[in-house]
Amino acid sequence: MSDTIHLPVGREAVLENGWWHAHRFLILRRISQTFFLSLFLLGPWFGIWWVKGNLSGSLTFDILPLTDPFIAVQSVVAGHWPELTALIGALVIGVAYALIGGRVYCSWVCPINPVTDAASWLHRKLDLPKGWQPKRGTRLFMLAMVLVVSVLTGTIAWEVVNPISMLHRGLIFGMGFAWTFVIGVFLFDLLLARRGWCGHLCPVGAFYGLLGQKSLLRVTANNRADCDDCMDCFAVCPEMHVITPALRGQDSDTPLILSADCTNCGRCIDVCAPKVFQFTHRFDDTPAPGRVRTRSNPAPKVGKAA
Amino acid sequence: MSAPQTQPENRARRRFLQDAARGTAGCAVAGMGLVWLVQDARALPQRAIRPPGALPENDFLAACIRCGLCVRDCPYDTLVLAELGVDGAATGTPFFTARDVPCEMCDDIPCVVACPTGALDHDLTNIDDARMGVAVLIDQENCLNALGLRCDVCYRVCPVIDEAITLERSHNERSGHHAIFMPTVHADACTGCGKCEKSCVLPDESAIKVLPFRTARAEAADHYKRGWEENTPLVDELIDLPDRLPGPGTDNLAAPGGFEPAFQLPTLGGSN
Repeated sequence: MSDTIHLPVGREAVLENGWWHAHRFLILRRISQTFFLSLFLLGPWFGIWWVKGNLSGSLTFDILPLTDPFIAVQSVVAGHWPELTALIGALVIGVAYALIGGRVYCSWVCPINPVTDAASWLHRKLDLPKGWQPKRGTRLFMLAMVLVVSVLTGTIAWEVVNPISMLHRGLIFGMGFAWTFVIGVFLFDLLLARRGWCGHLCPVGAFYGLLGQKSLLRVTANNRADCDDCMDCFAVCPEMHVITPALRGQDSDTPLILSADCTNCGRCIDVCAPKVFQFTHRFDDTPAPGRVRTRSNPAPKVGKAA
Repeated sequence: MSAPQTQPENRARRRFLQDAARGTAGCAVAGMGLVWLVQDARALPQRAIRPPGALPENDFLAACIRCGLCVRDCPYDTLVLAELGVDGAATGTPFFTARDVPCEMCDDIPCVVACPTGALDHDLTNIDDARMGVAVLIDQENCLNALGLRCDVCYRVCPVIDEAITLERSHNERSGHHAIFMPTVHADACTGCGKCEKSCVLPDESAIKVLPFRTARAEAADHYKRGWEENTPLVDELIDLPDRLPGPGTDNLAAPGGFEPAFQLPTLGGSN
């Protein structure tokens, strides 16, 4: 372990690469999240109806229908075959996320992401215990459960409680008491389970993860030889298990982060001072030697450049 | 592990089975909670009326993705999406409250056209065929027409006037020499738009209300024969039972058919 582990997360990256470089994907993500929300709010707030609807289903420029494919799937298993408009919309969304990474939805579009990111940030600041950490496959169980309940009840079951639609629809059409779901997710992530909701339970994320299993856009640890073990990427990554196989791989292992759980948020790229990570595509086979390091030697105080 | 002879693969299998059981049990508990919430969401309040062409409520909840496009294309801001804990309808689903803003029954039915999933049935092309609910003159004690006055507002505003609502004339027993023009709804023509409920002049609640079919309508008694509609006899041979006359003695089984009463009532119109 290097002594940089004692620095606050991301500090070294700021010092070495500058503040912008150490925050650019975070800022870009916040801009993206704001952008997609604003598109929906232009209508109700300013009367500019470029986009009507919400994340469950929308119509852009009165021509492009978009539908949440997870909701469409629930509708079909519940026994309703949607009209062509909704099916086309689900297909467009499905293909787009299958290409750029299913969970790009989670980190670049979903309005709950800033909520759970805030909970995670505060969790780190307050140095709270990890709390309940469900198994990695739990969200797949949740996904299966939602589909089973949809079949049994003949309804789009998850929309009864989905905090994403609650918040998004609430902001656009009227909140009611939907904010309680948002507070609930925040407190759950802060006090009960670190990264609990988006990282372990949310069936929407599970669905989009499956959707993007073979997606093109990927993060690579192609510069992994320069890793100084500061652990900052693990600290900021909402799905930290995805990093290990790529970052700690041998020469023969791919440096690509191929796990479908990776949300392509790019935060690891931000906080890495030695610039180990970068965005690439899944067919990138640039050779990336593993670190020269013997496992038997814990190597105290090495790896810190300068 | 206490068993020293446990093989690694046995441990792995045991662990896998344990994890699977735990995951399944956890999801079963969460799933039961979700089922309970879903059942709760089905309880559509009486006063929440679905848009024209809405599928029956159970099918509607399988089809409506709660996108709000019908709300956006409603030119009269009739439709709203239900807000959690404020409106009783399933969260995020479209409905309207007739007393606030009724359906104006647009000819082109933009809400149905906007629906991407068919939760609002695209086969509905004539708004007069819509069956959002049925109006019921629910408070006949306060309805001004029922009292013998001539309010007539619900009748006048009805988009299917003289078909969905008619004024049925009857004798005003109170005054003895006036008529009562009773607003009368005919469910086969009523679209449930709620314009009558909206326009009722009573100060707070309306005397005529749009109610869901499940509340307002009974099933026809098909096991009863309507003699005035068909003349075929009930059984092959005609059974002529003795007629009973009104007045004292109709329950006199010793002399069926009654008898002339000892005293005469003032004649009612001379007949009989």
